[in-house]
Amino acid sequence: MSTTDTDSAAEKAAGQAAAKTAEEAADSGAGGAEERELGAAGSQLSTAPAEEINVPSLGPLGWVRWFWRQLTSMRVALLLLFLLSLGSIPGSLIPQTSIDQLKVQDFKDKHPTVTPIYEKLQLFHVYSSVWFSAIYILLFISLIGCIVPRTWQFVGQLRGRPPAAPRRLTRLPAYTTWRSDAEPEKVLEAAQRIMKRRRFRSQLTGNAVAAEKGYLREVGNLLFHTALIVLLVSFAAGQLWKTEGSSLITEGGGFSNSLTQYDDIKTGQLFQSDDLAPFSFQLDKFHATYERSGPQMRTPRTFRADVTYWDGVDGAARKKSIKVNEPLEIQNYKVFLLNHGYSPVVTVRDGQGDVVHKGPVVGLPIDGANLTESMVIKLGDYRDKNGKRDQVAYQGQFLPTWVRSKGMFSQFPALDNPALVLTAYHGSLGIDGGTPQSVYQLDKSRMKQYLEPDGKTKFARALAPGDTMKLPNGEGSLTFDGVKSWASFQISHKPGDQTALLGAVGALVGLVGSLFIQRRRVWVRAAKGDDGATVVEMAGLGRSEYAKLPEELAELAVRLQTDAPPADPEKPGDTAEPVDPADPAEGARA
Amino acid sequence: MNLAAAVNENLAHYSNVLIYTAMAVYTLAFLAHIAEWVFGSRSAVGRTAAAITPETAAANRASVTVRTAEKGGGTAVLERPKVITRSAPGSRDVPDGPGAAGGTEQGDVYGRIAVGLTVLAFLTHAGGVLTRALSVERAPWGNMYEFSTTFGMVAVATYLVLLALKKNVRWIGLPLVTTVLLDLGLAVSVLYTDSDQLVPALHSYWLWIHVSCAIISGASLYMGAVSTLLYLFRDRYEAQLENPEGKQYRQAVKSVLARVPSAASLDKFAYRINATVFPLWTFTIIAGAIWAEAAWGRYWGWDPKEVWSFITWVAYACYLHARATAGWKGRKAAYLALIAFACYLFNYYGVNIFITGKHSYAGV
Ligand code: HEM
Repeated sequence: MSTTDTDSAAEKAAGQAAAKTAEEAADSGAGGAEERELGAAGSQLSTAPAEEINVPSLGPLGWVRWFWRQLTSMRVALLLLFLLSLGSIPGSLIPQTSIDQLKVQDFKDKHPTVTPIYEKLQLFHVYSSVWFSAIYILLFISLIGCIVPRTWQFVGQLRGRPPAAPRRLTRLPAYTTWRSDAEPEKVLEAAQRIMKRRRFRSQLTGNAVAAEKGYLREVGNLLFHTALIVLLVSFAAGQLWKTEGSSLITEGGGFSNSLTQYDDIKTGQLFQSDDLAPFSFQLDKFHATYERSGPQMRTPRTFRADVTYWDGVDGAARKKSIKVNEPLEIQNYKVFLLNHGYSPVVTVRDGQGDVVHKGPVVGLPIDGANLTESMVIKLGDYRDKNGKRDQVAYQGQFLPTWVRSKGMFSQFPALDNPALVLTAYHGSLGIDGGTPQSVYQLDKSRMKQYLEPDGKTKFARALAPGDTMKLPNGEGSLTFDGVKSWASFQISHKPGDQTALLGAVGALVGLVGSLFIQRRRVWVRAAKGDDGATVVEMAGLGRSEYAKLPEELAELAVRLQTDAPPADPEKPGDTAEPVDPADPAEGARA
Repeated sequence: MNLAAAVNENLAHYSNVLIYTAMAVYTLAFLAHIAEWVFGSRSAVGRTAAAITPETAAANRASVTVRTAEKGGGTAVLERPKVITRSAPGSRDVPDGPGAAGGTEQGDVYGRIAVGLTVLAFLTHAGGVLTRALSVERAPWGNMYEFSTTFGMVAVATYLVLLALKKNVRWIGLPLVTTVLLDLGLAVSVLYTDSDQLVPALHSYWLWIHVSCAIISGASLYMGAVSTLLYLFRDRYEAQLENPEGKQYRQAVKSVLARVPSAASLDKFAYRINATVFPLWTFTIIAGAIWAEAAWGRYWGWDPKEVWSFITWVAYACYLHARATAGWKGRKAAYLALIAFACYLFNYYGVNIFITGKHSYAGV
């Protein structure tokens, strides 16, 4: 569909005479009476495809062609776009497995009746569902099917010349005329010169100059739609080859990029494990500060992880701070700071006084904002004071800010008054059977809790850093040496990122060109009138949105009048005030 | 603490006072606009305009004399040529209405007062936003209260800039002031949040880029939407003028519709705003994706806010395509534009309030 001012009438006419004029319509960019009147002048002001409404009467091949034309028409592109936006809605309202699996489970538990239906419709993973994919793949094909012929057509237009002037310039949306004593040839020559200077492409045919400008609009439009394809392709590539995993590291600890070092990892369908690039990093120190008062008390204000990293197998060590908005970028991987917490550092001695554990212990966060962690320390290889084998477990909580009167939950996320509150068990940990156990949980079924010397009260101690707790009867001890922070990192690699950005920028540039540059045509006709004077006529044609067309035409006319001065200075341009506004220059025409 | 904190608290307090003052002045502007419309309804011009029929309109299809710099170097003074314009076939040739004042002197005075008050209210409003920003020492877009107050401010700024550029936008004054009052009212009553710092995820210069673009886009798209809505009414009104036997609007409605710009002008205005803002909105989304990449490690994750930005974007793309497609121009395209703006609004209010996603942390 071309988008000239003359469209609407053309469309109406096309509606009535659809079958008959469709072929012509396809050729000229639009169909109908008005368009025929303008001849080729109004055609191809854009390279938009023609709208066809006719139904083929041919065999299978005809149907295929028809289907293809439908798919690549604006109307269907519009429909697909609309479907795409409609289709994205459920994904924002129904929990998605790709975003939050827990919420999905929760939803399924709460809505047992609709769940099977939703599952059938793939509503828990809308954006990878068959129907959503179908919409955008069709859109994708439609886009390609539209761009390729348009590019072709546009190249043709670039090689060609602006279409010759229509017979009746008065039919055009902007029109002006005057009489002049200058010779028609001189006027046309001047017109061509002026047009060239204003960077119109122009050509002289018969008694008129045809000029056109604003081809960059089309370039912008093609660039935009092509960039959309680039964007989609790189998005797909990113999905197919991505790796995205996470790893929890305590201060002093490190990570090197191999599958075993990830706590969990998701990879694209086409990823292979030797694709992992070699690099490593170590967490030197983690800093966090929190809001101390006000309604947003406890919300984090700064997070910073200071790391040392090595690029490649034997790269030099370098330092960097990773913050929430500032990932470490290394070999096309990005290392993001996800989360943090505390690891109390403890030294455990058994009944013999031998060190059976020394180092940080990672706990399980049990309240969101204040970083209380539940801890379990399992000691499978332990001897009591008599040298007999035993198994011991310490269990309890770590509180970064312990307020005695407020119970066993931390009151603030910073290390204001860190405390490790522990009790201890001995017996069998149940780990010898080989069944894997969570490090955060203790199976107490075959364990006995230590009791105070009174034999009744359960044994428990609250430790500040530096404190040591001794188990009853000299069974061993635990020293709370201090606290380290841990941070968890997301380590991700998505190959299409740069191209996607390129596509996005291309789309933006193209869009600006396509929306702000106006393509328009101007014709100048000069011919001797009946009275021997030269009648100069000028007319312009642009998209209906181009409001400046009359002004531009007037400006060009003023320019031209230096070479073709109006014949009667007393009554300049009086022919421009016609009786019938629709056909003002009837009498003036040669 | 404590000097700095006290200063900040003071600033936050001034900010609130300024916002309330701005609301009071907007209310006065609102009343002045009402007076303008009321006096305008008594105008003879208004009645004449209402009586315009297609025939008289056709005769009215004026030739446009164009302002152009005179050229000719002093030797001969050249007259400017007159350019005859023809509207697109199929569209009506109805001139723009005379404006709210309807050509009455009293109405015009009230209209001018309203614009003056709007300028005053805007300055106060801007002061409120600025002091809020100073009190938190960051861009004032950390939560919905701040977002709403800035949003209203930018909408009024857009209107005033267009007025200063001598665009035909005075008709939008009343609906604009009304919605800004609603917006501020909602902000101070429901959405109010004490001034405070941001969570680390919001610390980024992308906050400035992404959010300011989102606000400017929204405020401009709002103008486009008002124009589109009015287009739908005015278009029907013009259709009634062509067909006096058919169903008609009530006299009061007619009197209002007779004074606004023609359907073609409104439609063109809406298109130009929407088309101008579409690239900005595209950029907003791209900037958001880049920020998300930096903050959350993925540039696109189908977070509800992302989804609705995308839906809004596609809806406006639909609108732009519709206008280039046979049979979809005019009213159908206008409905699409309204749907698109509704998507923007839902993204702004709905997603923040009803749906939890990564974007909802800033607090309502
Ligand atoms: C699916 C296939 C698509 C096809 C076949 C298609 C086709 C077209 C065509 C032919 C035009 C030119 C209209 C003219 O010259 O007047 C156009 C313009 C445009 N398209 Fe598309 N398009 C498609 C997808 C998209 C998508 C996905 C978007 C963005 C979301 C988009 C955004 C635009 C914009 C902004 C314009 C400029 C509109 C104007 O000039 O007013 N297109 N499209």
